Amino acid sequence: MKRRIKPAEFAMQTLFLICGLTAIAFVLLITVYLILAGLPAIREIGLTSFLFGRTWASTHATDPRFGILPMILASVYGAAGAIVLGVPVGFFTALFLAKAAPPRLAGLIRPAVNLLAGIPSVVYGLVGMCVLVPALRAWLDLPAGDSLLASIIVLAVMILPSIISVSDAALAAVPREYEEASLALGATPVETYLRVTAPAARSGVAAAVVLGVGRAIGEAMAILMVAGNVANMPSLLSSVRFLTTGIAIEMNYAAPGSLQRQALFSIGLVLFLFIMLINILLNLALKRGKEG
Amino acid sequence: MGANLSPARRAWNLLAKLALWLCAAVTCALLLLVIGYIFLRGAPGLSWELLTSQESVLRGTVGILPSILNTLYVIAASLAVVLPLGVGAAVYLTEYAKNRRLAGAVEFAAETLSGIPSILYALVGVILFCNTLGLQKTLLAGSLTLVIMTLPTVIRTTQESLRTVPRSYREGALGLGAGRWRTIRTVVLPSSVDGIVTGCILAVGRVVGESAVLMYTAGLSTAMQDFSTIQGLLRASGATLTVALYVYAKERADFAIAFTIATLLLILTGLINLAAHLAGRLLRRG
Repeated sequence: MKRRIKPAEFAMQTLFLICGLTAIAFVLLITVYLILAGLPAIREIGLTSFLFGRTWASTHATDPRFGILPMILASVYGAAGAIVLGVPVGFFTALFLAKAAPPRLAGLIRPAVNLLAGIPSVVYGLVGMCVLVPALRAWLDLPAGDSLLASIIVLAVMILPSIISVSDAALAAVPREYEEASLALGATPVETYLRVTAPAARSGVAAAVVLGVGRAIGEAMAILMVAGNVANMPSLLSSVRFLTTGIAIEMNYAAPGSLQRQALFSIGLVLFLFIMLINILLNLALKRGKEG
Repeated sequence: MGANLSPARRAWNLLAKLALWLCAAVTCALLLLVIGYIFLRGAPGLSWELLTSQESVLRGTVGILPSILNTLYVIAASLAVVLPLGVGAAVYLTEYAKNRRLAGAVEFAAETLSGIPSILYALVGVILFCNTLGLQKTLLAGSLTLVIMTLPTVIRTTQESLRTVPRSYREGALGLGAGRWRTIRTVVLPSSVDGIVTGCILAVGRVVGESAVLMYTAGLSTAMQDFSTIQGLLRASGATLTVALYVYAKERADFAIAFTIATLLLILTGLINLAAHLAGRLLRRG
């Protein structure tokens, strides 16, 4: 049976379709713009000397260098460090909230975790700048506290809430029967949580970790305030520049059309590729969670 | 229970329990430290005068009214665009999409958008809105960039809410002879108002907390902007609260006012979270 659609209905249907298509259009737009804006500088500098060059001296008058290896490594180390610190604490907190905590207490902590998630990144940066950086300088007897270590700690705190809430949801979704079977076989509650519940929720926890990596690699403003922003080859206690902060620190004064400005967009393209890779991993983790 | 556990097992149990409580305690301690410290340093500076006046070297006053107004401008302008767009996309996905491939592509696109870091939105905003469309560094360009960034939030929350509207509601309306659009307008959307409002509140939260995008697309000025004419609205360029915080802390080393702004942002974040929680609870259809 074929029914005639009224013009008004058709118009609305088309309008909604267009709304849906804008999301796709935005993604394409971002991809195309980043590639178009990022490629010229890479072509001019050369792919290998851009990606593997160890010196970034974009404003050098006679011999500017555009090697982003220090930034790539800083971003990788920064994210890895934040994961090493943040995931154990986040995972155990989630396990506590989902299973071990008295419901009243969990009901208090969850909104607090949400608040932690909503705090703007510049606020974390400010606290890091005024508390963490001076503290590190005093404790470790450094000339300056702005360092990879300070950034890692700030990033770990910032990814904590997303790790907690995603793991919490995954742990809470584990069927009660699994736990009951384990308890009936004589395992204590804690043994059950760690050896039955946690492995059963592993894909959700994996998704939380990947999400944390994405957040850590993408964060700019907070670590701009605590990293010192010198493009050194990264080491834990010295000033570093990340991919994100590499863009941020020069964006406002790079002259339009200059190779320096174009190179910033190339850094953006590299960062974009990193994030896309992480997105693919995230989707795989979530898909496996649905199947398993 | 536990009487006949071996000592090693008992020790392991104790240790594991300790780890759980300890990690939860660390999380709470971090939160209390961050919030406590900010309030301790920022709350004393919070005054009505600061909130309602602007910075002036001549008169020696400090004030953050311009940044507050800029923030409100960005919230209003980005919501005005993202709300219809996001709700429309969600309606398409749940009510119209017959082509599952296309719907899947839209969902994938929204997921991708939510994973892109804000510094990349800043780059795209600079090319697309500031340069290509000729808006320069203005609050308008910043707001439009934020539309792209907040779109997935609005789509997701609206979609979740639309999905919970029972099929029977739609069938009832369609059976009474209402067209598809009329059904959506009079039955489906009113029943999912909780999700739409929650989506808006979450979007406001992201806009209030965003700084990287606005720093490069909307400008850094903390002076009062002219919002009285259309020309002024289009050309206004300045720092929102988060950007002002950055400028005061990092570029002027004026920490007293930076912490006061941080306190204000914390209060706003708390209120936004509370509002999102209440909207989900109060507006859900009985």
